[in-house]
Amino acid sequence: MGGGKYIIIAGAGKVGWNLARELLDKGNEVTVIEDNRNRYTTVEQELEHNIQFGDASELWVLERAGISRADMVIAVTGDDEDNMLICQVAKEKYLVDRIIARVNNPRNRPHFELLGIKPYVSATDLILRLLEHEVPEYGLVHLLDLPEERLEIIEMLLAEDSRVAGERVGDLSMPEGSLLISILREGQGGFVPTPDTVLEAGDEVLAVLDPGLEEELKVFFGSDGAAAG
Amino acid sequence: MLREGHEVSCLDEDSESHARLEVNLDRSWEDSGGQFTVGTGLEEEALTSAGIERADAFIASTDGDNTNIVIAQIAKRKFNVPTVVARILDPLRAEWYEKQGVSTVCPTRVAIEMLEKEVLEAAGSGSS
Repeated sequence: MGGGKYIIIAGAGKVGWNLARELLDKGNEVTVIEDNRNRYTTVEQELEHNIQFGDASELWVLERAGISRADMVIAVTGDDEDNMLICQVAKEKYLVDRIIARVNNPRNRPHFELLGIKPYVSATDLILRLLEHEVPEYGLVHLLDLPEERLEIIEMLLAEDSRVAGERVGDLSMPEGSLLISILREGQGGFVPTPDTVLEAGDEVLAVLDPGLEEELKVFFGSDGAAAG
Repeated sequence: MLREGHEVSCLDEDSESHARLEVNLDRSWEDSGGQFTVGTGLEEEALTSAGIERADAFIASTDGDNTNIVIAQIAKRKFNVPTVVARILDPLRAEWYEKQGVSTVCPTRVAIEMLEKEVLEAAGSGSS
């Protein structure tokens, strides 16, 4: 964040406290709201006037924190209903431009969507993504969904017998609606390919695509054997 | 509501709450026509097994204001229950959500009004 924004953070747990620290370091104005007296006292020793005691789902507490001039509200309490409510009133009552909610229980995700609360961050989901990333047997890793933009980003490992290994990127006829955006290569790190880049077995390729093209891409980058069979 | 001939289904996360339903009933809650499901209002399967899909009305009255506000909106927007009411203790939140189209009952407001009335009546009779 460029700095100079006013950000309200609901919840001074590990996430809220560290987030406040980072955002303050970057030159933003931050108010954290915490309703546990002990926690408040602990965090107040460091954050001083940047933390207020109170229940952030009470409207007067949000108003006391100056929600009407906030550029962003981040709800990271340990309670999903509280996070949903705080974001809903921030957005709909106080017309705050940007909200971010934390999802504690991934099963509550549909409720955040139903109430129009986005973006949301779910630690469980992030860890799952990381796990998938570390377990290559999946073959194809979902990196990012952009449902608003109707796009997805995936990562695939080119096997020894991949039919595109040895091909120039410029010669590939990628399925319509997909685009090769980056290559991660052993020893070279990641780079953006040019038409002259030659794909190698062992490359991890990142592609952006319209939803629903995963299978087609899997075949496209897959092994020759799979195509024959 | 059961006594008045309605079909009532209760959802509670505590299975022990069932006993409370049978206080002052001659028969069991189920024999009296009631239904009881263990679960929370945030679990869609629990709502479904409690019969939300054919409910004419839904009352969100857990002990958490924010929980009630969220599940009332789920009942309304997701399951299209025609009548939805939420218990909201905090008068400020109750007032705003009422304006947003969530029917609310604010026990705090009601209690204040009753207490005020009692006090004024007592004061009135005392002075006369």
